[in-house]
Amino acid sequence: MHFVNVGMEARPSNAATPRELTQNPLKKIWMPLPCKNGLPDERICQRMVCMTNCPTLIVTVGLPARGKTYISKKLTRYLNWIGVPTKEFNVGQYRRECLKIYKSFEFFRPDNEEGLKIRQQCASTALNDVRQYLADGGQVAVFDATNTTRERRETITAFAEQNGFKVFFVESVCEDPEVIAENIVQVKLASPDYTNCNTEDAMEDFKKRIKCYENSYETLDEVLDRHLSYIKIMDVGRRYLVNQVQDHIQSRIVYYLMNIHITPRSIYLCRHGESDLNVKGCIGGDSGLSPRGKEFAKYLQQFIQSQEISDLKVWTSQMKRTIQTAEAVSVPYEQWKALNEIDAGVCEEMMYEEIQQHYPLEFAMRDQDKYRYRYPKGESYEDLVQRLEPVIMELERQEHVLVICHQAVMRCLLAYFLDKTAEELPYLKCPLHTVLKLTPVAYGCKVESIYLNVDAVNTHRERPENVEVSRMAEEALLTVPAHQ
Amino acid sequence: MELPNMEYMMRRRCDSAASVPQFTNSPTLIVMVGLPARGKTYISKKLTRYLNWIGVPTKVFNLGQYRREVQSYKSFEFFRPDNEEAMQIRKACASNALKDVVIYFSKEHGQVAVFDATNTTRERRVSIVSFAKEKGYKVFFVESICDDPDIIAQNIADVKVSSPDYLNCDKEEALADFLKRIECYKQTYVPLDDEKDRRLSYIKIFNVGSRYLVNCVRDHIQSRIVYYLMNIHVTPRSIYLSRHGESNMNLLGRIGGDSGLSPRGHKYATALGTFIKSQHIKDLKVWTSHMKRTIQTAEHLGIPYEQWKALNEIDAGVCEEMTYEEIQDNHPEEFALRDQDKYRYRYPKGESYEDLVHRLEPVIMELERQENVLVVCHQAVMRCLLAYLLDKTSDELPYLKCPLHTALKLTPVAYGCKVEHVFLNIEAVNTHRERPGNVDVSRDPEEALKTIPDHF
Repeated sequence: MHFVNVGMEARPSNAATPRELTQNPLKKIWMPLPCKNGLPDERICQRMVCMTNCPTLIVTVGLPARGKTYISKKLTRYLNWIGVPTKEFNVGQYRRECLKIYKSFEFFRPDNEEGLKIRQQCASTALNDVRQYLADGGQVAVFDATNTTRERRETITAFAEQNGFKVFFVESVCEDPEVIAENIVQVKLASPDYTNCNTEDAMEDFKKRIKCYENSYETLDEVLDRHLSYIKIMDVGRRYLVNQVQDHIQSRIVYYLMNIHITPRSIYLCRHGESDLNVKGCIGGDSGLSPRGKEFAKYLQQFIQSQEISDLKVWTSQMKRTIQTAEAVSVPYEQWKALNEIDAGVCEEMMYEEIQQHYPLEFAMRDQDKYRYRYPKGESYEDLVQRLEPVIMELERQEHVLVICHQAVMRCLLAYFLDKTAEELPYLKCPLHTVLKLTPVAYGCKVESIYLNVDAVNTHRERPENVEVSRMAEEALLTVPAHQ
Repeated sequence: MELPNMEYMMRRRCDSAASVPQFTNSPTLIVMVGLPARGKTYISKKLTRYLNWIGVPTKVFNLGQYRREVQSYKSFEFFRPDNEEAMQIRKACASNALKDVVIYFSKEHGQVAVFDATNTTRERRVSIVSFAKEKGYKVFFVESICDDPDIIAQNIADVKVSSPDYLNCDKEEALADFLKRIECYKQTYVPLDDEKDRRLSYIKIFNVGSRYLVNCVRDHIQSRIVYYLMNIHVTPRSIYLSRHGESNMNLLGRIGGDSGLSPRGHKYATALGTFIKSQHIKDLKVWTSHMKRTIQTAEHLGIPYEQWKALNEIDAGVCEEMTYEEIQDNHPEEFALRDQDKYRYRYPKGESYEDLVHRLEPVIMELERQENVLVVCHQAVMRCLLAYLLDKTSDELPYLKCPLHTALKLTPVAYGCKVEHVFLNIEAVNTHRERPGNVDVSRDPEEALKTIPDHF
């Protein structure tokens, strides 16, 4: 299945003689010489989803409380996770910084000249920041504002053309009063604009705010806007209109937006029960559960039962230890090869002490850049993320799911849900015998950590102080967790 | 609790593919909608090919074919809305086609059926929806709407004029008749309606993909279908497939590994570069794997190339860098199992062809989006890509012939793909091992090694 992130690097080459190849020691990627001082050219090593030379400006469109910010944040999180540097620019925030104090909906009245001036200025400032971001290595910018008039959109399109950015509009149209009310309750009442308001007053004011926009709202039009690239999302995803998708990244964005939903649900993440190899301090392999691991599996079954979840899907990897764990939960489960633990290549089934002994150089490089480092004949965290993209996509489509997986895999999934950077990801704490319950709330995710009270070894190795290739063995092994 | 060994092995080998979760128990009936010459059959066949390749058993039921079996075609008059007799025949054909759909789902393990017909009236669609509801099938409509006369004319020239209906006609007659046929349908055509059909699941494709309307996608397979349909195009282009030049491992008869090119391999790469230049291909994209031998090959071309990890050769796990003789020596049972079911067999700590197909799906998706592309890859990978492009079954796939030093040029034409073999006249070892006569675990080594190609 699916649509997985693919890494692509463009390499120009000489017409005459083929260049000598060298393998980058960190990522194990073959690249032509010459390299600067023997080290890989940063640009060449970038793994990016899309290699369009143009950055992309995503522009949201819609009345207030239609989910624009929700979509902006979620899309940004997804794109960053798959390796596309993305940032959102919320005009409301710019307005708050400029105005300092929000008084009432009157600010948004279409006849409020002063208000209009300030709002236009904020939009301009935001666009300037967009320009800066995209010039500085950003690939996608999400311009989160109502953008409800054709005039405003034309200004933005002109700005994009001037700067060589592609534009993709994301319009959210919704007339269901219940959905809108729920939106307002979830995110607007808690907004900085309404800190000193009671619920009723805030609700009233916000509704009047929406009214201010309604009269001048010009939805993206099938005929008038037929040359623009956009997706129109209607009624929270019941219906989509997709127009003039230009390239790979827009196609991926459309696919993602068409798979997300807002039905309340929870995602449970846990690792397999403690395995025999865990106990020995060995990484990888395909061993079975230790006695304590089996006990955890029993407790997991009880925990799941106590949650009383209707229609829970259970996913495992294709490795024995996750399957054994799922067997104890006694619910039908599906095996995903994509959920297999990171492949440690030549280091499979070794203890850290053995890795230090046999591959001290590799061990040091891994500590230098744990996210990008690829085991010889194995994988990197970066590879894992690509491999897991279809899992994330299907998680978005599903409702209640329990994913029984592995340490590195769980770190990648968690990083997606909690918006962690590539630097943080490989060091996220995912201890054995602990279930994380993730529940989407407002713009983010609530996390509950449930330790099921069965002892297990610690498998978390912190980054040691000294990551130099020249370091002593003891320095390398300082942070190795205890094992048999 | 310890899983019984055999059962675990079975699960390891035979479960449903990694990234496609288990199918919904209900089969899906895809129903095409649209006037003649709007690309319905093109879409039906292409979609079916894609779904079968990713492991979803799918079949097309083309109403025109049912009609041709009972009635030899005379003229467009058959399709006149006031032709009572013809109407009866057409209804009977539709009924028979749907009966075959039932057999396909219930007796032949089909998962998706594509009902390829005009289905242009609400009445017809309502009856299909009730039929599906009664049987417990999900329904997904795919409507193709096109009012660009150039596209329609091109369609007709590409596939209608050469249809069995017009065997004894000259081009102009065929064209004139077909245009009248379209008129017959136009009078009663009711497209899927925003309001009235808001509870149906469908995608509307406008003008060959410039715009889409997607309504009520209900499950995973529908979501995948939508994504696929939104990525395909009909712009003429060619896809070039080639393996890396002969490698040092190839010479030694070893599988896998990450070796460099042999001298002959370098020669091939140079020749490939010359060939590519001679083709004067507009805007050619070149893709390689992350393995040294494909990159070395691309280096000779003098064109920018992109590396895809997904294009890496099949991982032979514990058998990496072994010769077949060594595999027979060290893992005779594995060797036999592989010959028994080469598509599903997974090397210990390695991959299967089935895994490869999943790994390659994003490559296929991007190939669909692109125009002219040269893919420099490996034997097993090329077999998978070729099987997709040429609609080969999973039984045929692992035995497709993809010799070294031969480039394939694939050009979509009508409903399929034209293939041109380009042998660049540089000798190379043969790496193709046929399925031997005896695949039993109990066989003698000689029987196992019978079909091994020569090597140093």
